Amino acid sequence: MSSGFPLLSLIIWLPILAGIAVLATGGDRNAQLARYLALAGSVAGLLVALPLYSGFDPLLGTMQFVELHPWIERFNIHYHLGVDGIAMPLILLNCFTTPLMIIAGWQVIKNRVSQYMGAFLIMSGIVNGVFSSLDAILFYVFWEASLIPMFLIIGVWGGPNRVYAAIKFFLYTLLGSLLMLVAFIYLYKVSGGSFSILDYHKLPLPLTPQILIFIAFLLAFAVKVPMWPVHTWLPDAHVEAPTGGSVVLAAVMLKQGCYGFLRFSLPIVPDASQYLSGMMITLSLIAVVYIGLVALVQADMKKLIAYSSVSHMGFVTLGFFLFNAYGVEGAMVQMISHGFISAAMFLCVGVMYDRLHSRQIADYGGVANKMPVFAAFFMLFAMANSGLPGTSGFVGEFMVIMGAMQVNFWYAFLAATTLIFGAAYTLWMYKRVVFGAVANPAVEALQDINRREILILAILAAAVLWMGVYPLPLTEVMHATVDELLAHIARGKL
Amino acid sequence: MTEMQKLYLLVPLAPLAGALIAGLFGRVIGPAWSHRATIALMLVCVAASVTVFMDVLQGNIYNGSVYTWMTSGDTHFEIGFLIDQLSATMMVVVSFVSLMVHIYTIGYMHNDPGYQRFFSYISLFTFSMLMLVMANNFLQLFFGWEAVGLVSYLLIGFWFTRPTAVYANMKAFLVNRVGDFGFLLGIGLVLMYFGTLDYAAVFAQAPQIATQTIEIIPGSPWLLLSVTCILLFIGAMGKSAQFPLHVWLPDSMEGPTPISALIHAATMVTAGIFMVARMSPLFELSDTALTVILVIGGITTLSMALVAIVQNDIKRVVAYSTLSQLGYMTVALGASAYSVAVFHLMTHAFFKAVLFLGAGSVIIAMHHEQDMRKMGGLKKYMPITYWTMFMAALASAGVPGFSGFFSKDAIIEAVHFADIPGAGFAYFCVLSTVFITAFYTFRLLFMTFHGKPRMDHHTEEHLHESPWVVTLPLIILAIPTVGAGWLIGPMLFGGYFGDAIQIAPQHGAVAQMAEGFHGIAGMMTHALTTAPFWFSIGGIFTAWYLYMVKTDLPEKLKQIAGPLYTLLDRKYYIDEFYSWLFAGGVRALGDGLWKFGDVKVIDGFFVNGAARVVGWTAMLVRRFQSGYIYHYAFTMIVGVFVLMSLWL
Repeated sequence: MSSGFPLLSLIIWLPILAGIAVLATGGDRNAQLARYLALAGSVAGLLVALPLYSGFDPLLGTMQFVELHPWIERFNIHYHLGVDGIAMPLILLNCFTTPLMIIAGWQVIKNRVSQYMGAFLIMSGIVNGVFSSLDAILFYVFWEASLIPMFLIIGVWGGPNRVYAAIKFFLYTLLGSLLMLVAFIYLYKVSGGSFSILDYHKLPLPLTPQILIFIAFLLAFAVKVPMWPVHTWLPDAHVEAPTGGSVVLAAVMLKQGCYGFLRFSLPIVPDASQYLSGMMITLSLIAVVYIGLVALVQADMKKLIAYSSVSHMGFVTLGFFLFNAYGVEGAMVQMISHGFISAAMFLCVGVMYDRLHSRQIADYGGVANKMPVFAAFFMLFAMANSGLPGTSGFVGEFMVIMGAMQVNFWYAFLAATTLIFGAAYTLWMYKRVVFGAVANPAVEALQDINRREILILAILAAAVLWMGVYPLPLTEVMHATVDELLAHIARGKL
Repeated sequence: MTEMQKLYLLVPLAPLAGALIAGLFGRVIGPAWSHRATIALMLVCVAASVTVFMDVLQGNIYNGSVYTWMTSGDTHFEIGFLIDQLSATMMVVVSFVSLMVHIYTIGYMHNDPGYQRFFSYISLFTFSMLMLVMANNFLQLFFGWEAVGLVSYLLIGFWFTRPTAVYANMKAFLVNRVGDFGFLLGIGLVLMYFGTLDYAAVFAQAPQIATQTIEIIPGSPWLLLSVTCILLFIGAMGKSAQFPLHVWLPDSMEGPTPISALIHAATMVTAGIFMVARMSPLFELSDTALTVILVIGGITTLSMALVAIVQNDIKRVVAYSTLSQLGYMTVALGASAYSVAVFHLMTHAFFKAVLFLGAGSVIIAMHHEQDMRKMGGLKKYMPITYWTMFMAALASAGVPGFSGFFSKDAIIEAVHFADIPGAGFAYFCVLSTVFITAFYTFRLLFMTFHGKPRMDHHTEEHLHESPWVVTLPLIILAIPTVGAGWLIGPMLFGGYFGDAIQIAPQHGAVAQMAEGFHGIAGMMTHALTTAPFWFSIGGIFTAWYLYMVKTDLPEKLKQIAGPLYTLLDRKYYIDEFYSWLFAGGVRALGDGLWKFGDVKVIDGFFVNGAARVVGWTAMLVRRFQSGYIYHYAFTMIVGVFVLMSLWL
């Protein structure tokens, strides 16, 4: 399905070029210029991504908007792009998040503005590259490249312990992905010299190599998702990252790991995926239950939301390894929904942090008295985080629980405990922060959110409600791809 | 779309529009226009509901989809309406009580800083509740189910600066979530075995899989429908506050009184009852589930009524009374008398709304004092409140002629006829509770309105009847409080519910009752010869004796009862147990997992341990790169020796 026009290239390179232009504005004397340029670049990045949805044929389960050019011919590496119903919504999510980040950092970031804005734009382009690469090496390059801007965002604009967090983040994720490269090289050999991911999908493999490849991929993707027990970098990274960094990390970066399972693990090694599904489901359920409990006792709001992210990501990996349509589509919906909700939750904490410079729950209390508009938004997102029907948070969890029920009653039982734990940790935090009498003079001095903040939160609120009330447009584009994937897994390669 | 279908849409959308107007633009348009807009839209809603109801009485049943919410695999999840006798009855009750509460709120919430917000919430509640009762599928039911929970949460914590209120609303939400947990699993089983969530399709298939079993615990096959129905009923236990998930309802009294009447008495808490009645084609196929329902309902009826005796807070008496009455409805469901349960739901909605709104009227007059020990003698100051509450008390006590008599007597009779396991226990509970109900209701009435005034002088000087916006809803609601019961003939025995409620032939309670029913006059005269009537009169008499004649006796009885009194006063220590187990235990578990699992094992041992291993290795390797030529030369010589000895 080559439309001729290199739409995907535009979606990747436009933000990167815009980011370079923003960097070129130089020091903080031109900060205002950098901000407007970044906003223009990010909005343009979103606009050029829209034809991806309108021009997408939901009835096709194959790659669309394909671009294929030789890159390094000696190793048969290609500049090969394309999207299906799995990748397309993620690219839109990414392009949607970027302008919000630029607006969120508008006044808050005062040092090295051009670098901050530039990093986000470049990051946005790279992530689009991750989601649209069909060549393993191209994918690997984008995958690793996306670490750099995030490393810088945490390391430069982060909190007091930012260096530890940045290095922990970098090493954790880098080490994970090295084995993925080894797997690619092995696949290159057995496929007779191809780095095409689509070739790998068709490549027959015996069970033992499949299992080894699965484990190599697992390390790379599990760290990124993150799955229990390789999740401990995430709370540290979130706590130290600036608000915008947390948002992109949660909304987009984590999705790369999830996407990896769908693009690589499940189709390339379907039999190993089925063989090891019990383990994957167990790890996912541990994430849901164990992390849900851990989130309950956090005293730091960002840590709490970070743990809640891990718990929600448990639903994504659970959904993948149920091998039915409810599970996989539910997991996809959960990914997009988590993008909105976690972004909104981190922004809400950011709003308070900008005013009080504390993330500790104990430093707040009675915020609703001083910030009623903010409290209303925060309530909506807290409820979405607790999976309330009518918000996007419900859709994915509901589908995955339905999918789990098809496989085993107890999977559904454990997954459904999130109804209780998710509500418990979110609402308990909300109660201690927002409700009650004004707790201290600092809270007394709080100002309600300004128009810029209302704009961001209102856009996210609209997205959360729209997806909760009418998720059909999202699930529609995934059906063909998911059907194809499930049929492929069912056929197997043995 | 036909005219009627547009009307169906109008019923829930009118209050939604009201909620949005008052919620988003309340500050702009001010308090007066907020209540005008929401009440005008509620009038539209009531008018539309009544029109739909009349249409349904003509026999026009509707079951259709509004839009497709989502598709996944081969399954379509729809948003749609099922308008039949059951849902139409609920629509009229819900919208009517809601309208009354809207009007009442003008008086009760007068000058509250959150005035517009309050109107927005109660309209939003009405929307959610209507979506719940009008649903034609499980998913939309669950939507409404959780949405009413949300609004209940928001309204209990309406005065969010009060620590008790924000504790109570979180507790309410979480306990409801425990119920919803079971409910969602039940829905999961329905989707798995029926392949659809549409009521009509599920009910049509139910008889075919009546004998199918499921092995949740490998090796012990259980009847699929029993498991499903019990899981669904767990949801009802949360929403309708059945033992042991009842703990949230008494605390919900922290919310403003109008919502105690609307949400925590008349409508939302009856959602569980409605749901089981709606699912009658499923529940009828599982005697096990019906037995569970009977026993849970019986326990709730009796144990909560006993607690009501020792309460001194006027709202809490009514709250425990609500719990006990919900137990009655649940028992009726268990006895396969679904129509009787819905009938009691309706009469209870009216008389309990009057009791709550009346209590609210008293609370305004008393300047937000809720302790009945500081009241007394209010009758002469508040005649309208008194007489409407008196009628509601007679209805609640089950005195012949008043609405509660007919519905409660029907429940007792239905349980008497039921012959599934547990019916005997439930019969004992509902029968003995008649006495207790009459006693605590009239205890409330005597302590509040009769005897000598016990409030301070200042409060007494300012006592006066509430404004007309408060008393008008009381008077209007008092009419069905008296008269709604007279509909028993057509509603229970006239085939009123049609196919909306299905009863298996072997569960013949209602059919047997129909044979013995000869008009309401016959029912009343017959009642004079039966136990419930004398229990009820006995309860009223006892209350009169203890609180009007021998007023020092209750204190002595309290001393004699000793531990029993403490047990009731502490509400069987259930709250303490839960707070120890969940608030304490779960937090300790989370803390342990975090500090030991995450911090010590994963981060401490593996992550930082790996870093340390790298560090040590580096240190070791660094030794070799000492920079001294003789180290290198020595190593080289050793190496050469080793290699040569290997090869040679």
